[in-house]
Amino acid sequence: MFDQIKEFASGFFVTGDPLIYGADVSILLVTAAIIFTLTYFKKWRWLWREWLTSVDHKKIGIMYILAAFLMMFRGGVDALLMRAQLAIPGADFLQPDHYNEVFTTHGVIMILFMAMPFMFGLFNIIVPLQIGARDVAYPILNSLSFWLFFAGAMLFNLSFVIGGSPDAGWLAYPPYSELMYNPGVGQDFYIWGIQISGIGSLMTGINFLVTILKMRAPGMKLMKMPLFPWSVLSSCIAIIFSFPILTATLALLFLDRYAGAHFFTLDGGGNPMMYINLIWMWGHPEVYIIVLPAFGIFSEIVSTFSRKKLFGYQSMVYAMIIISVLSFLVWAHHFFTMGSGAGVNTFFALSTMLIAIPTGVKVFNWLFTMFRGRITVKTPMLWTIGFIPCFIVGGLTGVLLSVAPADFQFHNSYFLIAHFHQVIIGGVIFGYFAGLYYWWPKMFGFTLNEHIGKWAFWFWNIGFYACFMPQYVLGLMGMTRRVVSYGWDKGWWPLNFVSTIGAALMGIAFVLQVWQIIHGVKHYRKNLDTTGDPWDGRTLEWSIPSPAPHYNFAVLPQVEELDDWWEKKQRGVHKQLNNIAEEKLEPIHMPKNSGMPIIMAGCWFLAGFGFVFHWLWLTIPGLAGVAICMLAHSFNYDTDYYIPVKEIKETEAALRKVTIS
Amino acid sequence: MAHVDGTHPVEENHGSLKSYTIGYLFSIVLTIIPIAIILGGWLHGTAKAVVLMLLGVLQFIVQLFFFMHLREEKKPRYNLISLILGLVILVVIVAGSMWIMLYNMVET
Ligand code: HEM
Ligand SMILES: [Cu+2]
Repeated sequence: MFDQIKEFASGFFVTGDPLIYGADVSILLVTAAIIFTLTYFKKWRWLWREWLTSVDHKKIGIMYILAAFLMMFRGGVDALLMRAQLAIPGADFLQPDHYNEVFTTHGVIMILFMAMPFMFGLFNIIVPLQIGARDVAYPILNSLSFWLFFAGAMLFNLSFVIGGSPDAGWLAYPPYSELMYNPGVGQDFYIWGIQISGIGSLMTGINFLVTILKMRAPGMKLMKMPLFPWSVLSSCIAIIFSFPILTATLALLFLDRYAGAHFFTLDGGGNPMMYINLIWMWGHPEVYIIVLPAFGIFSEIVSTFSRKKLFGYQSMVYAMIIISVLSFLVWAHHFFTMGSGAGVNTFFALSTMLIAIPTGVKVFNWLFTMFRGRITVKTPMLWTIGFIPCFIVGGLTGVLLSVAPADFQFHNSYFLIAHFHQVIIGGVIFGYFAGLYYWWPKMFGFTLNEHIGKWAFWFWNIGFYACFMPQYVLGLMGMTRRVVSYGWDKGWWPLNFVSTIGAALMGIAFVLQVWQIIHGVKHYRKNLDTTGDPWDGRTLEWSIPSPAPHYNFAVLPQVEELDDWWEKKQRGVHKQLNNIAEEKLEPIHMPKNSGMPIIMAGCWFLAGFGFVFHWLWLTIPGLAGVAICMLAHSFNYDTDYYIPVKEIKETEAALRKVTIS
Repeated sequence: MAHVDGTHPVEENHGSLKSYTIGYLFSIVLTIIPIAIILGGWLHGTAKAVVLMLLGVLQFIVQLFFFMHLREEKKPRYNLISLILGLVILVVIVAGSMWIMLYNMVET
């Protein structure tokens, strides 16, 4: 009996590495600490009612961002481990197998479990507020999306201590990701972690598309809508058409591994190149999915902090829509070297270069908006200014990569790594940070310390250039990606060493940001945002108190023009904060909380875990649980309620710190 | 919240008995023909493939017009636009993959 248990445990739990034991201990300690704190302060009910079952888009958004920060920590630790290994030639800090696992989990976590939820968090918090809506189109579905993402992310992370991490790269190319070369459970964790969270992403895409098309405040024509919702709309279009491709591709890979199919194997008529072809049909649009909302954020910030209308609003809108559709026509640039004919390579090289045009239009529009504006450089604006040079360099190196013959030199080298980190960090992550700082007061009702924020900004930026500029050179010198070690004779070490220092600086920057948030929470009384409009904003979210009441708008705004709130302020006809009493308040229709989403995601988690270990006794009840949740939900008619006028008055009075008769 | 809110447009027209019956008959015919082709062994080779695919496409169109009410949609034609976009991307994916993968077979 004991021997059996021991045998099972030795295969089930990952052992033999001090890093893993450290992780085991810290997971246990953190879990114990959370359980203890919640029990000691009797917070379980509060947690369940106020957060876990909440369908309030603002709370869901906050949970998304919190999770994204946790994942940024995990992915960042992976990054530092890799850079530590590469700092000195011949280092044996990480073994080759372990190194493969680390770059795989780093990539997956950063793109799918950090950038995506960070983006969804901002969608959730801001889109309804900016379009003057009280919630998203499908609030319960929204909560389900979050919990599915969370279940998928946790399943993926679990692989580190149970069963073993995937190690076939963030896109899991066959044949290496096939059963023959990868018999462990790592790749199955990969497949199910991404599948489960992917369903959530697709539903978020649909939810926000409908929200934006159908729930805008009266009078807000599409061409009077702020740019951030426009960017969300174009990102959602790409999500809706590309995520099903990912789901299908991973499902085929799963059939290969689980059911002995031969879609992508080298025998039985399969073709691994088909996988590469399919995965990039999702993979390329995916990079635009995450960068488009960042463009939207920069547009909002540039015009607010330059106190000017955005230059070329319409061209910005068209540029974003064109980018989201064009992004479906360029995927083959990721495998120029795979051996396609000259015709294929030429077509995809040209279509790739075409995308640079609308992107360039946007950069010029931002610059023209700043030109002759009255610029104030608060942290959100600082990130925006930092983004522009970074993105220009990253975009230009992208154009270099799109030249098919040149790509034979750049392909899979550090040049590529430097390029995509430059656009992803300098474009996407800087953009989300800018958005987070910009909307922080709206989310929490207080502003963050600018001083610490500026330090964090500079550490991020200097660290960034120190880390990635040397990598362009290394790539040209012949250093390929995914090397675990290299010799002294190569002459690569000084540049690698500098690069590692840069990575460490970015690590410090992250710590500074966490400190900034803790500091902000501690001193929030001193930095209260009493006006609801701390930046003298232009769009509707600034017309309501901070933090926004759970019904958002006591009275739905009537929109007349672009930047409606700003124009109304200019003409002096905006509703003074204490004028709300003059409005005719009516009871507000709101959705009720629901426990279904978190339970259903939990069932998916169990089913996924069962699939990973081929445990049908767990998979079947898990899937049954999913079905029962759906059934129970479809018979639940008690999904909404009305907030009485009296309660609205009280809430408004408390938030606006005025009395309303 | 849209589904419960007053902002939702008044119930849209969902077709008449006549249009449903016509659609139903059409789709039955379009189902019987391929079955007959397969069971009766009427056609072979390319002709068979082409006819079956054509019938599939016709079936799809009948569904869209008689059951999905594509024509009856009101002014912002979101359904139509997304359908067209979906079709474009579908064609890009299928034709593009065939193109890329077939060119790969060429010796280099
Ligand atoms: C705007 C945001 C962008 C993001 C987030 C992004 C992201 C990425 C990522 C993740 C890769 C990695 C491929 C791999 O793992 O093998 C990549 C490669 C590539 N990117 Fe970008 N990219 C962006 C913009 C651009 C632009 C503007 C261009 C060209 C005009 C471009 C051209 C390429 C090419 C050609 C490759 C393939 C290089 C190779 O495999 O050798 N990218 N990009
Ligand atoms: Cu691409």
